[in-house]
Amino acid sequence: MTRFRENLYKWIFTILAFASLVFLVGIILTLLKEAFPIFAEIKLFKFLLGSQWYPTYEPPDFGILPLILASVLVTFGAMVVAVPIGVGSALYIHELAGETQRAFLKPIIEILAGIPSIVFGFFGMVIVAPFLQKLLGIPTGLNAFTASLVLGIMATPTVCSISEDALSFVPRSFREASLALGANRWQTLMRVVAPAAGSGISTAIILGIGRAVGETMTVLMVAGGAAVIPKSIFDPVRPMTSTIAAEMGEAVMGSPHYSALFAIALILFLITLVINIIAEIISRRYRLKLGLGR
Amino acid sequence: MKKTLVMGKIFAALAVMFLMSTLVALPIFAAGKEITIKGSTTVLPIAQIAAEVYMDRNPDVDISVQGGGSGVGIASLIDKTTDIANSSRKIKNKEVEKAKSIGVDPFETVVAMDGIAVIVHPSNIKNYLTKQQIKDIYTGKTSNWSQIGGKDMRIVIISRDTSSGTFEAFENLAIDKERVRPDALTTASNQAVVQTVGQTPGAIGYAGLGYLSRKVKTVSVDGVKCTRETIVDGSYPLARPLYMYTNNAPAGEIKAFIDFVLSEEGQRLVEEEGFVGIR
Repeated sequence: MTRFRENLYKWIFTILAFASLVFLVGIILTLLKEAFPIFAEIKLFKFLLGSQWYPTYEPPDFGILPLILASVLVTFGAMVVAVPIGVGSALYIHELAGETQRAFLKPIIEILAGIPSIVFGFFGMVIVAPFLQKLLGIPTGLNAFTASLVLGIMATPTVCSISEDALSFVPRSFREASLALGANRWQTLMRVVAPAAGSGISTAIILGIGRAVGETMTVLMVAGGAAVIPKSIFDPVRPMTSTIAAEMGEAVMGSPHYSALFAIALILFLITLVINIIAEIISRRYRLKLGLGR
Repeated sequence: MKKTLVMGKIFAALAVMFLMSTLVALPIFAAGKEITIKGSTTVLPIAQIAAEVYMDRNPDVDISVQGGGSGVGIASLIDKTTDIANSSRKIKNKEVEKAKSIGVDPFETVVAMDGIAVIVHPSNIKNYLTKQQIKDIYTGKTSNWSQIGGKDMRIVIISRDTSSGTFEAFENLAIDKERVRPDALTTASNQAVVQTVGQTPGAIGYAGLGYLSRKVKTVSVDGVKCTRETIVDGSYPLARPLYMYTNNAPAGEIKAFIDFVLSEEGQRLVEEEGFVGIR
């Protein structure tokens, strides 16, 4: 009886674990299947490098270069905000904050992580965009700059938590040795602990990038929605995610527009896959380096 | 052994509670008819107010109304995920073909008339634009307000994304189906257009008559203001019918609802929302 129950549990948990694999494979296959038809209509290079996105006109144009560049610009901008604040907060919380400060800073960052993206998007569209428009005298506040700002704030908790974990993984002996040799706390932090956690912090940044690239709701509401190659950071842009969100509802199933949107999704998926693989490789290498095995 | 017995009992109790709550919830779903309405954000206020009044009168009917754009509504009708598709543009031939190829026969009912108003920021000194000027702005030939007698300010063009029937109607009526310049901002609904134009001094946009407010300034097109009268007498150039599409001619509860929208009372609600009735 017990042996049977044990085997039963084993099978149940095996199935549950493999369920994720099934979902992932299913998603990949669906993306490939639905995206494939567009490449019969238009060559891959023309799709990736074409600069006109007019999918609903006759004849349609399916160039996604403006969309890719928009995603890159907005993600880069988000990292310019998230990395200093995120890594800086992690360093502060880990080393320099007192117990009470740590006790309320950490929860605040977790709360920031928990705010739904639509709230950020709404806040960005209704409050931040008009404010920036007046402050900077630009034609419109719905642009790459505002999107980068809001996305950066959204990605900060990710960067901060993982950096903080990386810092706490550095063995205490490193810190103690450095202090014993006469270095002060600042030198210990910046010259010994932080570099030792370097790979972990890189992982944090890369995962922050992954978060920013995939964000949809916020950029849909705040980035402006103009499918054009941005000439300045204050231009409205349309990242890949908001294109899919805005147009998927009305693309007739099986039409070239529909396949094109799936192709964009496929490219987005590949980007996040590559990002995650890089993060995994770096993180593994850093664990071995610190002698933590595995 | 004892621990597993207790856990087994807890599990059984939870399962029973779950089943019972499902059974209790079922009657709420089973009894009464449901109507799903999706589509145009222009027609949305009409559908919403009509649904509210209709549900008040008929408590066993449950109507859910969503936006998404005319394109989304029609696509849902074809996918059979909605009973009524609101649309602020006529259904396209391609869509009709696609529908018929899978056994859906779209039936058109005109429920109201609407005008697409052209709006600018209240601080804009322009009161009047010609159709040609509007077309030049949207297709990219005119980029600065000073070129057409306004302040020296870059024109910020607000448009809608491709699922919008308002966009399609504007495309047909105002810019003769030419391509809108690629750096036009796209927004998701009539309301978002009004919001954005109201906050951006150099902006120009278009929205359904029912969405106009003090936040924005409406300009006249070719000398004609966008009002109920000019839509009814046909003098306003950017006027269009608003539709509700169903699969086959409406029947049953759907027919009763659409009849209500077309009735005197329903049309009064249409006018209250700022549109033009068809009686």
